[in-house]
Parts: sequence; structure tokens; C-alpha cells
Amino acid sequence: MAKLKHFSCLKIKHFVIIITIFSIASCKQSAQTLTDISAKQITVDSTYQSVKELTDFIKPYRDHVDSVLDSALAYSPQKISKTDGEYNTSAGNLMADIVLQQASPIFKMRTGNDIDFVLLNHGGIRSIISEGNVSARTAYEVMPFENTIAVAALTGASILDMVSYLIKSKRPHPVAGIQIILNADNTLNTLKIQGKPFDKNRTYYVATSNYLISGGDNMGFFKDAQEITEIDYKIRNAMIDYFTKVDTITAKVDDRYFKLD
Amino acid sequence: MKRRTFIKNTIATSAFIGASSLTLNSCGTEKKKHITILHTNDVHSHIDPFPNDHADFPGLGGVARRAGLINSIRRENPNTLLLDAGDIFQGTPYFNFYGGELEFKLMSMLKYDAATIGNHDFDNGIEGLLAQLPHAGFDFISANYDFSNTVLDGHTQPYRTFIKDGIKIGVYGLGIELAGLVTKKLYKETVFLDPYEIAVDTERQLKENENCDLVICLSHIGYEYKDKNRPQDIELAKRTKYTNLIIGGHTHTFLDKPVVIKNAVDDDILVNQVGCFGINLGRVDFYFGSKDNKVEGASIKV
Repeated sequence: MAKLKHFSCLKIKHFVIIITIFSIASCKQSAQTLTDISAKQITVDSTYQSVKELTDFIKPYRDHVDSVLDSALAYSPQKISKTDGEYNTSAGNLMADIVLQQASPIFKMRTGNDIDFVLLNHGGIRSIISEGNVSARTAYEVMPFENTIAVAALTGASILDMVSYLIKSKRPHPVAGIQIILNADNTLNTLKIQGKPFDKNRTYYVATSNYLISGGDNMGFFKDAQEITEIDYKIRNAMIDYFTKVDTITAKVDDRYFKLD
Repeated sequence: MKRRTFIKNTIATSAFIGASSLTLNSCGTEKKKHITILHTNDVHSHIDPFPNDHADFPGLGGVARRAGLINSIRRENPNTLLLDAGDIFQGTPYFNFYGGELEFKLMSMLKYDAATIGNHDFDNGIEGLLAQLPHAGFDFISANYDFSNTVLDGHTQPYRTFIKDGIKIGVYGLGIELAGLVTKKLYKETVFLDPYEIAVDTERQLKENENCDLVICLSHIGYEYKDKNRPQDIELAKRTKYTNLIIGGHTHTFLDKPVVIKNAVDDDILVNQVGCFGINLGRVDFYFGSKDNKVEGASIKV
């Protein structure tokens, strides 16, 4: 009897504890159960009032940026565009020429070698240059990306892969320091590098952007590079330095890459 | 022996009565709780609104206007968290001129609660990010970047918890693989850990150890890729079981509306990403309360 009583006491005690825990737990659960969710996206447009504290805070920063970006560095007597030629364009030629001119002394100093030619990508040119003053902002518009210049050592075989790629792509990818002439049937007629006939037994130093080196625009031939030299020079900064150096920007479509009729 | 049992019993009984009356009281007066989550991603240094003649986003965005919108939502519901899913840096000359200082200062003025780290946040190197941290009045959370051997060691947390109106919210961060995307010179010895494994570990920790009522993932791994082997939010969603919301970034995905996906235990999980450049603000409202049919999951309206 005593044993039974003891047992029943324990049972009651356990029951009490369990009920207590349960009631607390169930209460907590019922109070904090996720019941409804609604989700949406709100477009930030002019219906929302700007907070003055923030616009006031931003103003001195903006004024400084504008004053630096908009001061004229050079002058462009005509519109420079990436769509004014079929195989080479004024904007592409300007970009490739700038890279060749600005990167060559740095590469020479670091490695003792010369850059043989430049290859960029047509898609990397993001804006026209209008007739008139050219500023740092122009460089940001044309080249908003942070791409830097890198030099790839390519074998003669890789150069031929590159030419095949260019022919197949049918796009005026910017080049400088090289001449490519195609026959009417899209076969290679002439290939000259630095004015000299292409030598398939040689290694050539090709300046390009780190974006293309890392597989951008599917320029697979860069994967076969024997060596890559990063010269830590942003393409945009090369443009700004060039604009600062020259008075007038001359860029035109020429005969560096074309197809015979 | 008997006496002791009796005393214990009495204590237990009175404790029961006390506790039950207490719980009954608190249960009875419990009202529906409401948590609002606001979020941005890939703002990329866009501080000013786009000009009215812009081809893609005419007259949209702008941090001061976003502040106006956020303030009005906070007035409506003070129990609001403001989060960013990374790539705060890079995209306008403000970043090139000030290295991210202005972005962090403005986000602090907007009272952001936390952000995760995007690949472009390494654009001035890991030192460049560290240098700007004093300007950030909010925490950087990243569970799958191991910064142990970098200068950022100790400056980030895998997750953070917040308590709003008694609701405990756990937020963890996930970053994208940096190799091949960012120059090694910039991210240095940062070690990328598998986001899926880390997510499952971290969400369990937040649910089971931290007892969070709500679990949110701030992800910069990207919404969706053609290459199914790449970690991506829509696959992450299927592998988790405690995460309620994935706030995405990186792929600049403008979703028509937030997406509902079945998770590993067949519950609904929300995935949202609001494009880029501060064009949109994401808003997710979570309501807590008693529900008649608890077996059924929460109802989601998108």
C-alpha cells in the first residue's frame, strides 16, 4: 500500500511537471508561431521624399567628385564610336592605341621586353565619346569596369588560334600593333605584327585586360599563355593619363584589320 | 520519507498552479507580433538617383529617397531590420574617390543592422575593406569566409541575432567563391568554405542552440546559374530546413516577385533579390501568433 502510494505520488509529481512544462512550452509556441508572411519589392522612385539630412551630407562629396571629373583634360574634334567600322572602329582603335602607348614603358621597365600588340574586346567599350571636351568622366563612361592591363606571352600557334577566333567572332575587337587582312572568303591574307610578317616560331607579348585573360568573351587562346604579367594599371587610368597628356584626341577607322573585297 | 514526498509534491503542485496561472495570463494577452525585414543588394556605390534620361532606370534609386521610404516603414512598424546582401562597393566614382567611406557612412545613417560581404567589396583589397570598417555602424556577417589568416580576422561574425518585440531573429551570411572572380592579391588568404554545408550547420545552430524564431540568410552566392554545380540560392533553398528567408545578391536578378521554394523538409522558404543599384527595396513581413491549425506551415503572400 505504502509502495503503491509512493508510486502514485511520483506519478502525480511527474504529471504536474510534465503539464507545467507542456503548458509553458505550448504557450510559448502558440505566442511565437510564424503564421503569415508577405513579401514584395518596392521601387524607389520620386514618390518617396528624400531625407534632407542625407542629401546635405552627400552634397560636399558630390561637389568634389563633379569638379574633378568634369574638368576638361583634352578635346575631341569629332564623335568617337565603336560602331563606325566593320572590322575596326574609331573607339576601339583609340582604346587599343592608348593601352599600347601607356602600358609599353611599364612592361619594358618591369621585364625588359616589348609589348608586340594589343587585343581588347569590343563589348568592353561602354560609351561613345562625343565631340567636345573630354574629361575623366568620359573615361568612366567608356570604361566603367575596373579591368587592369595584363600581358600574355603567346606562342605562334596561340596567335593563329586568336586570328581564327577573330574571324569567327565577326566583331571589331580592338587591336593595335598588329595588321590582319582577310580574303573575301574569310581566310587569312596578311598577318603582320609590329610591321613585320608573323613568325609562327616566335613568342609574342600581347597586352589585354585581366578580364579576357580570365576567360572573358571566351578568348580561350589566353588559357594557353606561357606567362601572364599583371602590370597593375587600370585601363580607365591609362585613358585618364592619356587624356591628360594629349590636347586633341584623334581616332579614326584605318587599315589595321579589314577584309578584301 | 513519506513526509518528504508530500512536501515535494506540495511544492510541485503549487508551482504548477502558479506557473499555469502565469502562463494562462501571458497566453491570454499575447497579441500578434509583426517583424519587418527590409533589404537591398548590389547597390554598387549608387548614391544619387539615376538621371531622368537614363535608358534602363530613369529617375530611379537614390540613397536619400530610400531613407525616406525606410523611415516611413519604420514609423509603421518599429520592429524592423534593415539588411544588405553585399557588393556595397564599386560602380560610381564615389567609390573610386572615397574608397567606400561614403557608402558606409550613409548606410550607418540609414541604420542598417547587418550586411554580408560581396566580391566587389574586396575591390580595394582586404586592407581597403578593413580601412573603411570604422565608418560602418553595422556588422558584417559571413559564415563561409574564413578570414583567420587575414587582417579581417575578428572583424566579422558568422551570424548575428536580434531580438525585436520578443522575437529572436538569427541572420547568417554567405559569400561567393572568390577564386577566378577576384584577383588573389585582393582577397589574400581568405578561405572560401562550401556555402551549402556552412548554411546547414549555421541554420541548425541558430535554431537549436540560439533558439531563434526566425532564420534569415544573407547570401551573395547568386540567384541561379546555368551551371548547376555552382552554388546558387534556389538550390541552397532546397537544402536548408530552418531558414525562412534567403536574401540574395550578386546576379543582379530583378525578380517579378519574391519566390517560394520547398526546402529539405518540404516547408516553404522565401528567396528574394531586388536587382541592383538601389532601384528597389525588398520588404518581407513576418507575423507571429497562435494559429488554429499549427501543423500547416505559415501562409505566404507574394
